Amino acid sequence: MNTIASRIADFLKDFPPFKFLEKEQLLSISGQVKVLYLEKGKMFFSEGEKGHQHFYVVNKGAISLERKHNGELETIDKCDEGDIFGLRPLFAKENYLINAIAEEESIVYAIPIEKFKPLSEENKEVGNFLIQSFASNTRNPYSEAHKGKLVSDHGAEEHKYQSNSNLFELQPAPITRKVVLVSPDTTIRQAAQLMSEKRLGSVLVAEKGIPKGIITDEDFREMIASGEFESETTVAKIMASPVVCYPRGLSIAQAQLSMMKHHINHICITEDGTPNTKVTGILSEHDIMVSEAHNPSILMKAIQRSKSTNELKKIRHKITLLLRGFISSNIPLTHISKIIFELNDATIKRIIERCIKKLGTPPPCDFAWVSLGSQGRKEQLLQTDQDNAIIFEDVSAEKLEEARAYFLELAKKVNKRLRIIGYEYCPAEMMAKNPKYCLSLTEWKKQFSDWIVNPGNDEILLCSIFFDFDISYGNIKLTNALADHIFELTRDNRKFFAVMGATTLRNPSPLGFFRQFLVEQDGENKDYFDIKKRGITPITDAARLLILNHQVKNISNTAERFEKLAQLEPNNKELFLACAYASKVLIKLRTKHGLKNRNSGRFIDLSSLSKEERIKLKRCFKNIRQLQELIKFKFEVSPYV
Amino acid sequence: MFSIFRKKPEKYPEFWQKYAAKFSEALPAEIKDTRFIAFDTETTGFNFIKDRMLCIGAVAIHNNSIDVSHSFEEYISQNTFNPETVKIHGIIQHERLETLTEEEAIKDFLKYIGNSVLVAHHAGFDIGMVNAALERINLPNLKNKVLDTSNLYRRTRIHSNLINRDKHYTLDDLAETYDIAIKDRHTAAGDAFITAIAFLKIMGTLNSDKKLNLKTLLKY
Repeated sequence: MNTIASRIADFLKDFPPFKFLEKEQLLSISGQVKVLYLEKGKMFFSEGEKGHQHFYVVNKGAISLERKHNGELETIDKCDEGDIFGLRPLFAKENYLINAIAEEESIVYAIPIEKFKPLSEENKEVGNFLIQSFASNTRNPYSEAHKGKLVSDHGAEEHKYQSNSNLFELQPAPITRKVVLVSPDTTIRQAAQLMSEKRLGSVLVAEKGIPKGIITDEDFREMIASGEFESETTVAKIMASPVVCYPRGLSIAQAQLSMMKHHINHICITEDGTPNTKVTGILSEHDIMVSEAHNPSILMKAIQRSKSTNELKKIRHKITLLLRGFISSNIPLTHISKIIFELNDATIKRIIERCIKKLGTPPPCDFAWVSLGSQGRKEQLLQTDQDNAIIFEDVSAEKLEEARAYFLELAKKVNKRLRIIGYEYCPAEMMAKNPKYCLSLTEWKKQFSDWIVNPGNDEILLCSIFFDFDISYGNIKLTNALADHIFELTRDNRKFFAVMGATTLRNPSPLGFFRQFLVEQDGENKDYFDIKKRGITPITDAARLLILNHQVKNISNTAERFEKLAQLEPNNKELFLACAYASKVLIKLRTKHGLKNRNSGRFIDLSSLSKEERIKLKRCFKNIRQLQELIKFKFEVSPYV
Repeated sequence: MFSIFRKKPEKYPEFWQKYAAKFSEALPAEIKDTRFIAFDTETTGFNFIKDRMLCIGAVAIHNNSIDVSHSFEEYISQNTFNPETVKIHGIIQHERLETLTEEEAIKDFLKYIGNSVLVAHHAGFDIGMVNAALERINLPNLKNKVLDTSNLYRRTRIHSNLINRDKHYTLDDLAETYDIAIKDRHTAAGDAFITAIAFLKIMGTLNSDKKLNLKTLLKY
């Protein structure tokens, strides 16, 4: 009896190729598995590295497969739960051609090739699946050609599909110009080898450049797996013919309609759009799907229609791709934050909606799910920890615990699903599933009264998190009532503002004489600049303090707060507008570095900054310093030493 | 070899002497070179004297990797039987499992662990159980260094007054935080595997800068 092997088998049995194995075979393979832990960002194997003795299955987390192309790394594929990768050594004693990087903290099962190979040779289904996924694993859905960067005879502008036109369907379809042609007397084996070598999903069969037919992955799957054809058969026997041809410049809508009409998933592009002229490109359904991934409105629809948490997780990944695209094309941050916020918000709403359904009974009373911290401020671009809480309507004393039990159950489900799609649990347990943060309106009011009447350092910390709340789901009356209560308590409360002011000043101006940046002196991030602590937190704290002082409700975004403040205090208008700008610069810089280094972007290696970025940063800190002077004066505080 | 064995070498059986001899080797300085053994025991109850181990399960962790083929799972035949705990772990006394005597299982376990660093959740209990079994065959306590995942996990929590520092974290809490399937909770090998995965993830957090060495870790 081997409990661990059977546990591993229990996971593997749901995924191909393992699901094709006999129970005993599966159990015996499971007993030979190595379980590996990969920390986030770990390069698991890299291009040119000697093939491992194992191939791999993702158990938890995500592995991203990347390839160098024209000196730049591009993502070929992302593997998550149940996906297999690192198959090359199974087929050939060759070095890896791609990099595998842990996109998230991951647990990976290593399957010994020596033990698995005999199984794949005797079981046709297993063998075919492996060949199939080897070919598609290495195909490149995010290739540069699709981004229009590839130089070609016809210029590249036509397959740029940007967000400047909202009518996605009317944009030109993304055409791949690198077409591999084979002659009709090529054997199936040769064609398959070529496809796997060139990492293609299809090849066109042509004579002197004139298209005669097409073979695709699907054809291989269906025709070869059925055993109808030998691998030495010529491609002419299995190709789909004639080929559906169009001229270049066809729109996405047109391409989609044509594919539906002909039940095909590839369209050939020729010089004049007839099968009588030379091939100039190819367009696949897959390419269209990938390009759709870059369209926010389609992502939004996908979120709202999603039927499982896993689906949402995949959509999240696309959102990250979208964000990456936005940042690299230098789109204004206000625009980026709004779109990403809406997508995040829709994701949270969808999860709550689905969880309520899952619970089977409707909520016993009205409630509000509030997002706190950066999501509450609409500043969350990268996925960070989740901070959230529940406010529920006041109910009679005897119903109170019953209601709380319901909402705690709901919160537990929602928190768990948010974690699955990539929002880590808050290490301070500031989440709705914590009974301390799942309270009725009256309880919340009392909680804030306690914090505000006796403002110690911890209380201020809590306030700073809870003051930036945004309702994600539920009844806005509840959040408004709480906001009113807070204004009531803080109005002309000098003591409170003095303590809060002091907290705001606890991180001093980050420039030593405006010459050198202050870098972290100790800890694991020594010599790195902490952009959150030195930049984002002081400016966010200041905005919160000032806006609370003006008793302005429902604006939680830092830049928007400063814009509002500029209206309210015309004599400080210039400074506040500069701060609004600074806040955006800091967040953008953090996001950029976070995307690059696959982390929160909080610690920045100063040597990696461009000259322009340094100048921008310095200007931001000058503004923060002036802002802190203003606060010192206004709230009569002296900063912490 | 330690002096105590030189004085009375005849006192202990050969398997113990072999086990003890392994401790003359120093442990590696680096965590990545260290062999850790995550283990768990299922018992008839919580009393070190009256209760007995039903099963010992363990997995070895080396350089962030667990080799399933080198895992340890042995069931122990019982004379003492406490019907109340059957509910928890489902090992019924007469279930047809290959079982060993307590001494045989201990012997295999010592051979398996060698001088590796032991890792267990609420380790005091499992170590206590093994030590009680050792005492019954007139052997000294385990000599291995021990890490407790419940303590290590607490260190990953934020230092704040908002969290009750004395909170008692169960293996289920860890499994939930780290998204570990808890299918065979309450089988020794299953729990040892959960503990091992949790340990790997905890170390991912505690040793994110790769600067932690074994000596410091053992002081946690």
